[in-house]
Amino acid sequence: MKYALIDYTLHLADTTLILAQRNAEWCGHGPILEQDIAITNITLDLLGQSRNFYQYAASLIGHNASEDSLAYLRKEREFKNLLLVEQPNKDWGQTTLRQFLFSQFHFFLLEQLQKGNDTQLAAIAEKSIKETTYHVRWSSEWVIRLGDGTEESHQRMENAIEELWRYTDEMFTPVEYENESSVDFKELKTKWLNNVKKVFAEATLTIPENEFMQTGGKSGVHTEHLGYILSDLQYLQRTFPGATW
Amino acid sequence: MPVQNPEQIFQQKIEDELKIEPKDWMPDAYRKTNLRQISQHAHSEVVGMLPEGNWITRAPSLKRKAILIAKVQDEAGHGLYLYSAAETLGQSRDEMIADLHTGKAKYSSIFNYPSLTWADMGAIGWLVDGAAIINQVMLTRTSYGPYARAMVRICKEESFHQRQGFEILLVLSQGTDEQKAMCQDAINRWWWPSLMMFGPHDSESTHSEQSMQWKIKRKSNDELRQQFVDMIAEQIKVLGMKLPDKDLKWNAEKKHYDFGKINWDEFWNVVRGNGPCNKQRLDARRKAHENGQWVREAAIAYAEKRNEKNKSKVA
Ligand SMILES: [Fe+2]
Ligand SMILES: [Fe+2]
Repeated sequence: MKYALIDYTLHLADTTLILAQRNAEWCGHGPILEQDIAITNITLDLLGQSRNFYQYAASLIGHNASEDSLAYLRKEREFKNLLLVEQPNKDWGQTTLRQFLFSQFHFFLLEQLQKGNDTQLAAIAEKSIKETTYHVRWSSEWVIRLGDGTEESHQRMENAIEELWRYTDEMFTPVEYENESSVDFKELKTKWLNNVKKVFAEATLTIPENEFMQTGGKSGVHTEHLGYILSDLQYLQRTFPGATW
Repeated sequence: MPVQNPEQIFQQKIEDELKIEPKDWMPDAYRKTNLRQISQHAHSEVVGMLPEGNWITRAPSLKRKAILIAKVQDEAGHGLYLYSAAETLGQSRDEMIADLHTGKAKYSSIFNYPSLTWADMGAIGWLVDGAAIINQVMLTRTSYGPYARAMVRICKEESFHQRQGFEILLVLSQGTDEQKAMCQDAINRWWWPSLMMFGPHDSESTHSEQSMQWKIKRKSNDELRQQFVDMIAEQIKVLGMKLPDKDLKWNAEKKHYDFGKINWDEFWNVVRGNGPCNKQRLDARRKAHENGQWVREAAIAYAEKRNEKNKSKVA
């Protein structure tokens, strides 16, 4: 029971950290200064959430675990983030779509965790839900704007969907450590799909049919991207073991 | 009451320490000087995001990562305020950015040096933001209103940046031998370029005199530089590190630190575009702009479609 909770908390921590790490690549390179600032806000929010989850996981693990030992000293196969969030930024379309698909899910998940039986997770969810509401709004607006913008932007969004859709079902496919959690995955999926359909309709975008779904991230089987993300993320801690910063 | 001409009114305002506002009459050269300086300042904030952005994905702890991201984001905000201030003088942000990308407009040369190690995040915060603050505190009293007000907002954040930079170095200075070496190395590399941030000696500076008369500037390059040296020479004692200048020593008579000769050949070389990262920095800015082209176009197209729809609803 405790192990499942630790793994689940790490899954939440890893997912928010890796997405923050990806979004952070935009800092200084955004399409316009205001949006550089906007995506960096989201990055900071997600990083803050991940720190809360790691700190909670560390307290459950005990010994000398800390947010940094968990983020910086675990290996590829130990990371439990969703495959979706480790996918490359590619362009602004793919980045905002990734954010939308995730945030829309994350919002409903936090809503459930808020009412869930773990008081710590409920407290973190409570703290995170307001900013996540903003992430949903910001990313929905971009999906609509780009989907219904120019011919080029529409095509780019179709490509991004083609790229990312296959990673969406993992959010609703429980793995072992989620079996005992109070999350209702069915309800999550229904609500998520509903909203995605609405936004896609407004964006004149279509949901692919019969797409084969990729899973594995939650149990530590990742795409090849994660190793590179971690080699940046963990570089200093690995190069100078035991140093404090 | 004698009727004053606009030039006299302008001059009187400067003398009375009143701010010049966008709608006021101002000499063409005053407008141009401010526009050049403010847009250059805005570009510096934005280009300045790059050397530090370079370490965001590799920051050594989650706390440091969060602080660094927030810092770089602040600089983007500074860029925004400053572009807005510059726009009040009659040039659009798009035009200013185009001038940056063609190389017509300059930005601070300090950002043409590479950020090679984590300690550079400390050295940049401490020395580069530190030098910027000295200049910017003076500019909170500059005569052009929008510029002065932008500086007041910015200065508060800059002093945070400096303290955070110093903190990074302080931790390194108390760390392992490798960390101490990393700390000293970063100070060695960033010290002289930081001194150059104040610009050429007063005797060589082309814009200075008129800018002082118009109270755009209130202290000379050399005065500001001396103030910076005096501050840093004291602060470095806390770090137990050394500034790479054998001529640096306290002058009891002048009550200032004496310091060695600046390599002005290097300075001019970097200004002319031959610094270690001039090309990379401009390329990165151009690339971000070009990659964002389709995004900005789509946003405009979408907004227009929206307007059309709303119009037809009303009709
Ligand atoms: Fe700044
Ligand atoms: Fe700064």
